[in-house]
Amino acid sequence: MLLRHTTDKVVERKALTVNPAKTCQPVGAMYAALGIHGCLPHSHGSQGCCSYHRSALTRHYKEPVMAATSSFTEGSSVFGGQSNLMQAITNIFTIYEPEIIAVHSTCLSETIGDDLGQIVNKARTDDKVPEGKHVIHAATPSYVGSHVTGYANMLEGIVKYFANNTDELINQINLLAGWVEPSDMRELKRLMKLMKVRNVLLPDTSDVLDTPMNGHYEMYPKGGTTIPEMASMGNSLHTIGLGEWATKLAAIKLDNQCKVNFTIEDLPIGLKATDRFIQALSRVASVSVPDSINDERGRLVDVITDMHQYLYGKRVALWGDPDQLIPLTEFLVDMDMKPVYIVSGTPGKQFDKRMKALLEDKVPEAKYKNGANADMFLMHQWIKEEPVDLLIGNTYGKYIARDENIPFVRMGFPILDRIGHSYFPTIGYMGGIRILEKILSVVMERQDTNCPEEAFELTM
Amino acid sequence: MRKVAIYGKGGIGKSTTTQNTVAGLVEAGKNVMVVGCDPKADSTRLLLGGLAQKTVLDTLREEGEDVELDDIVREGYNGVRCVESGGPEPGVGCAGRGIITSINLLEQLGAWDEKFAIDYTFYDVLGDVVCGGFAMPIREGKAEEIYIVVSGEMMAMYAANNICKGIKKYAEAGGVRLGGLICNSRNVDNESAMIEELAKQLGTQMIHFVPRDNMVQRAEINRKTVIDYEPEHNQANEYRALAKAIDENEMFVIPKPLEIEELEKLLIDFGIAN
Repeated sequence: MLLRHTTDKVVERKALTVNPAKTCQPVGAMYAALGIHGCLPHSHGSQGCCSYHRSALTRHYKEPVMAATSSFTEGSSVFGGQSNLMQAITNIFTIYEPEIIAVHSTCLSETIGDDLGQIVNKARTDDKVPEGKHVIHAATPSYVGSHVTGYANMLEGIVKYFANNTDELINQINLLAGWVEPSDMRELKRLMKLMKVRNVLLPDTSDVLDTPMNGHYEMYPKGGTTIPEMASMGNSLHTIGLGEWATKLAAIKLDNQCKVNFTIEDLPIGLKATDRFIQALSRVASVSVPDSINDERGRLVDVITDMHQYLYGKRVALWGDPDQLIPLTEFLVDMDMKPVYIVSGTPGKQFDKRMKALLEDKVPEAKYKNGANADMFLMHQWIKEEPVDLLIGNTYGKYIARDENIPFVRMGFPILDRIGHSYFPTIGYMGGIRILEKILSVVMERQDTNCPEEAFELTM
Repeated sequence: MRKVAIYGKGGIGKSTTTQNTVAGLVEAGKNVMVVGCDPKADSTRLLLGGLAQKTVLDTLREEGEDVELDDIVREGYNGVRCVESGGPEPGVGCAGRGIITSINLLEQLGAWDEKFAIDYTFYDVLGDVVCGGFAMPIREGKAEEIYIVVSGEMMAMYAANNICKGIKKYAEAGGVRLGGLICNSRNVDNESAMIEELAKQLGTQMIHFVPRDNMVQRAEINRKTVIDYEPEHNQANEYRALAKAIDENEMFVIPKPLEIEELEKLLIDFGIAN
């Protein structure tokens, strides 16, 4: 037993979080910043923060993740980190030559009250930022929210700095990607190409965190949203934000700053959420849905109907981030599965409302919780009280999967012990088929392993 | 060695009272060290005859980790050892962390080494204990007795009561105790009786009533303590009496902070109503 101290009854807790279902804000800020072209993330704090956040991303994407740090000493914590950041900006532009430095704060620099906006401004007025180069920033204290909050804050920071309304309407839409894999970013671009929708995708980590091995190291790979693209977002027809938690701040900023209206949709995970996304695209860009996309949809529906018997009534526990969990829960319910336990360490009141609407009628026994007190420990206790048939979530669930001997599908962030997420999308109709394939593989494998010999089937 | 911390509302006269009292102790043959825990670094001005001293944190910033005790400790009036922890300029950085850093550094460097044969250490702390850093001098193993400088003005008494709440918290965990209230008179009606009553209700004593006298200001403008500047003046005797009272003090308590209603009642009974 790896988690032998987990009790089988839920005990009321007031203060303690055990195995939180979230990580630090700056991890998200770094990931978002890597989705713009030629950008070096910079961590304004002590070195250890930067190392951890880089390694958290590297372990998931299996790619080198570069970021700089203000490298606080005890003196910096007393006198403030301004001189460190000024020096860092000079050094980085001289030595590493990025187009953009994306500075995010840390718990330490936030607590001592460093004002990133003021310091970055001073760097500009003191000519520390060379002509044509840019420094953007976002406040990301980890004692507020989660990695998703950090992603949202950095996305807002990017838009705030670059988007500019020059009064010439451009026939394109802005697509703000929530926290999805490089493969999913690629899939979004493929779908928009099929729909013939001109667009700016922000951020875009494809060709940044899934680069081919060709013998050369590129510090700034070819991918990422470019500066002219980001500037043009202020002149777009409309913004679609995918995932309320990750993109709403940036969408609102674009609206306030550049008068670009926005729509927030769920991440297109599963059948209905993808339907809504495709319809929203069709509506705001005034394009029709091509047959090829309708065919993809049909193939997903076909797999669901073919395999329904293996899905029906299966009890599922899931954990991760709200933007993923909401459409995933909807997808599972639509296939007559029973998502009974759902936790997310990311706070936000909408979570409860959305889950209630999805589960109240069809899975009334479901338990769900988000925020600082919703942790893996609680979910494990729920599972011990009444078991489930399947686990879906990030790698941190593997201890529960092993202890309780439950089939496990890895989805979300981080996945530290399997590959595939960087290359095969889980969004869109084709992504829906991939999710189904993964679920069915573990469920049917379990049946093959455990069923009595007389029930062992060649054809399933 | 006795380790004393002086707290009290901002502007109440903590630094002035501390230095004048220290002068009294030094005159009586005690070996004293004063640690200023205020970013403004003005806690040792009267003892050193000016603000010339380099602070611990300035030194740390300029010399890096390679700091020596002689860089930061200066001898003032009659050999009193003076240290200013210093801190960032207003509005940036973290002054509280600065105090933690500098006290840790002083300990590392052996500022309290036996060879210095220090009888008394005085920590003079910034008025409002706004965060954990300013409570550093009363954490375990640091100051053991606290005196609160107070006057008969309502906000000063309110602050003194608040400081007692902080002391209570640390007293229960460690060894710190309240040694008494020092009344630095503002010529409020019934001041002495009111502060005696406040002290009684807090479970402590008014260790001395320092009358208001312009001689203190006159000495201050000359960058000296009263004992140094005008040793024969009556105010010098007041500080000598306070120093003696502290030296002979045996009443160390965990204070019982008052509810706000009790505090207001005290004010009405003694002050405003009369």
